[in-house]
Amino acid sequence: MRYIPHTEEDVRQMLGTIGVDSIEDLFSEIPRDVRLDRPYDLVAPMSESEVLGELKRLARQNATVETHTSFLGGGAYNHFSPSVVDHLISRSEFYSAYTPYQPEISQGTLQAIFEYQTLICQLTGMDVSNASMYDGASACAEAVLMSVRATRRSKVLLASNLHPEYRETVATYCRYLDIELVAVPYLESGRIDQKLLSGLLDKGAAALVVGYPNFFGIIEELGVLADLAHEVGALLVSATSEPVALGKIKSPGELGADIVVGEGQSFGMPVSFGGPGVGFFATRQKTVRSIPGRLVGATTDKDGKPGYVLTLATREQHIRREKATSNICSNQGLCALIANIYLCLMGKNGLRELAEQNLAKAEYAKAAIGAIDGFSIPFTAPTFNEFVVEFEGDADAMLESLEAQGILGGIPLTKYFPEMENRFLVCVTEQNSKADIDALVVALKGGVA
Amino acid sequence: MNRIGTRGLILKEKLIFEHSDPGRKGYSLPALDVPPSTLPEELSRLEIEGFPEVSEVDVVRHFTRLSTWNYGVDTGFYPLGSCTMKYNPKVNEVVARLPGLAGCHPHTPERLSQGALGMMYDLQVALAELSGFDAVTLQPAAGAHGELAGMLMIRAWHEAQGSSRKKVLIPDTAHGTNPATAALCGYDVVPIASGDSGVLTAETVAAHMNEDVAALMITNPNTLGIYEADIRKICEIVHEGGGLVYCDGANFNAVMGIARPGDAGVDVMHFNLHKTFATPHGGGGPGSGPVGINKKLIPYLPKPVVVREGEKYRLDYDRLESIGRLRSFYGNFGIMLRAWAYILTMGGEGLKQVSEMAVLNANYIRARLEETYHLPYKNRSLHEAVFSDKNLGGGCHTLDLAKRLIDYGYHPPTVYFPLVVQGAIMIEPTETESMEVLDEFCDAMLAIAEEAENNPELLLEAPSVTALSRLDETAAARKPVLRYRAEA
Repeated sequence: MRYIPHTEEDVRQMLGTIGVDSIEDLFSEIPRDVRLDRPYDLVAPMSESEVLGELKRLARQNATVETHTSFLGGGAYNHFSPSVVDHLISRSEFYSAYTPYQPEISQGTLQAIFEYQTLICQLTGMDVSNASMYDGASACAEAVLMSVRATRRSKVLLASNLHPEYRETVATYCRYLDIELVAVPYLESGRIDQKLLSGLLDKGAAALVVGYPNFFGIIEELGVLADLAHEVGALLVSATSEPVALGKIKSPGELGADIVVGEGQSFGMPVSFGGPGVGFFATRQKTVRSIPGRLVGATTDKDGKPGYVLTLATREQHIRREKATSNICSNQGLCALIANIYLCLMGKNGLRELAEQNLAKAEYAKAAIGAIDGFSIPFTAPTFNEFVVEFEGDADAMLESLEAQGILGGIPLTKYFPEMENRFLVCVTEQNSKADIDALVVALKGGVA
Repeated sequence: MNRIGTRGLILKEKLIFEHSDPGRKGYSLPALDVPPSTLPEELSRLEIEGFPEVSEVDVVRHFTRLSTWNYGVDTGFYPLGSCTMKYNPKVNEVVARLPGLAGCHPHTPERLSQGALGMMYDLQVALAELSGFDAVTLQPAAGAHGELAGMLMIRAWHEAQGSSRKKVLIPDTAHGTNPATAALCGYDVVPIASGDSGVLTAETVAAHMNEDVAALMITNPNTLGIYEADIRKICEIVHEGGGLVYCDGANFNAVMGIARPGDAGVDVMHFNLHKTFATPHGGGGPGSGPVGINKKLIPYLPKPVVVREGEKYRLDYDRLESIGRLRSFYGNFGIMLRAWAYILTMGGEGLKQVSEMAVLNANYIRARLEETYHLPYKNRSLHEAVFSDKNLGGGCHTLDLAKRLIDYGYHPPTVYFPLVVQGAIMIEPTETESMEVLDEFCDAMLAIAEEAENNPELLLEAPSVTALSRLDETAAARKPVLRYRAEA
């Protein structure tokens, strides 16, 4: 076993030092009646080449951008990740370390998190960011819990066009807490119905949670929604599953959001069948002490040299136990590092240019698909890099027919909205060339015929 | 004195923002091949204020230099108790990056993602076999997330029985996530004391069990590294009283192939793939916290559930009693892949050997140190040994010992946990360390104990070989500076 260095002689010597006769003696305090009396029914050990062979066999059974042209989005996005990213995170000083409990030998991780927190603040227009959370959906649930703590109110309004998996996650987290979740309807434009929203907002509302862009790719009028929420003393929570958009659309902070959460997978991480990504979480200075999750802060060492430490730990479970702001005890360290490296590479201009490419390609595709007989674009409000298409037949069956042509054309919306059997969600990123888009249009035309 | 830590070449490195120079760039994009488009002005952002402008070389050098200030498992011995800092196999990193796996989109139709779904199914089956449970969910992203999944299932089960029990029993040795999780599920926490021998007795549990208790959360082996020998009896008492038993599986590395929690009567347990199954800790994550459950909780599993029908795998969303989902998609797939590669590499017999050697290593350290360091609990321990700082001379405490170990070239053990031990020093060597490494480490521990007696300044001033000396954590919390701002 190449990961276990013990020779037989080592084992013998070590048992002698311990003063027992056999390995078996070390387990003497485990009662007989709970012992496993047979070998595990598992595979026999494989060599490294066999393991690689087996995993490659599995890999060949999956469709990816190497086998298909993909227009899949819906919470996970196909963006280019510069070679530098994987190269740097493969330094095992980063990936084989744990949480920076000992700051003197963890300054690499700590400074990187401090930079990540800064970048997230700049991107979202907020004052404070935590060191990251599991993913966008769970960060959204944590935002709901924080809004309830901060306002001491118990009703939370969730936009119906917020990513459905974010809504489901919020519902799971709130399942046994005294929190009422209310759905806010949307209009034919695809945006939140502000009139109905006004009726639902009252002094009992802790927060309004809005997708920005929303699940249909539409850019909400976040400033107006923030004003409506603030009128009754509720917080506005903005949730972004495609953060590349923030390179081009106004920051939630500028528009009045109180808590900004989202998924950072777009920033250099592979889609990896849905995880790991990284949940970002940012808020205002005044609510910093009720923020969930890890925080890194600046300080100095004994000699006055600047450095970084984990801080404000009195909010956290290892000190506060059942009164903690969350049960989370880690962050998505390496994924936050990926986002950090990626955002540094893209910089001020790169992220904007990238967002502009996504927007332009999606607009080109939207116009071309909307012009095909039998297809239309049902929602009228502006979108970023995703949009909903309506087809006059069964969208699911039509998408399946595209697969034979090597195209993953979109996500059938019946998956989340049973009434939307004619609709699907198309995502176009900088990774889709004009030729890809034109091929999709040709294939869709064929789908009608 | 045999120190493996030296000063080396230590480079200064400023914040990435301080490297920024307008006009520098570190990216390249293909030329736009469609007409440009614009958004209405009221939606458009003009610039991301403060974002850096740096070259590719700037970025590579910056992060490479930062990395040299870190200590990882590949750097040296990392006996951080309860965290199972074992070697992270390199082939697993290759596997997780295979384009056909890393590049598979979560919305790919099931008919075109059979490889991904099949791996998840097989991993579920393997974890169930390893632990003696009837079903496993892979959705939770970390151990604490798994606790949440497990406790929500327990509550859902109670509600389905029409029971509205409100309390959860948690031993005083438990990790802080246990009470925090119970609270998140709407439960009141009742702390219970472990006995003088460091284990929870059946009598203690019986004394606290009543009709208002929904569950007991237990860690086995516990955070003192001791197997809860009464576990079967404890489970029976809780079950007879109408409750369920949750086991924190953080220490599963001690018992593979020896004893299965499911067989002992435990109802729910989370795994930490980033501990037991060798996936990297990543400086704090991503991890993965699958949960094993017994039959009666199957209806409440988070959805979707990966199921097999004939030769095909699919995601089952049609589960009316499910607690719902805890995150988007299906879990940290990239971490599951690494764990699966590890299980294939080790096989059943290899995993048993893992636990045997992990326990041998911990007991070896204990034997070499227990005459010098105070060992508060004498029971035979398994995968970790917990000492206190009672015997440490010269006015030195656990923190000073920890910092001095850095000078010797080691990552310190977990300190001041579990809370039941004054100045706890919790050492978990794992199975991937050789006798030579353990001997060098023990020699360092013994040398430090002598230094504490004769030259305590060496401990009190430590660390001295790092880029920074001890950091002021109080100042950081008093006036939090949590981000960089350019000077005006």
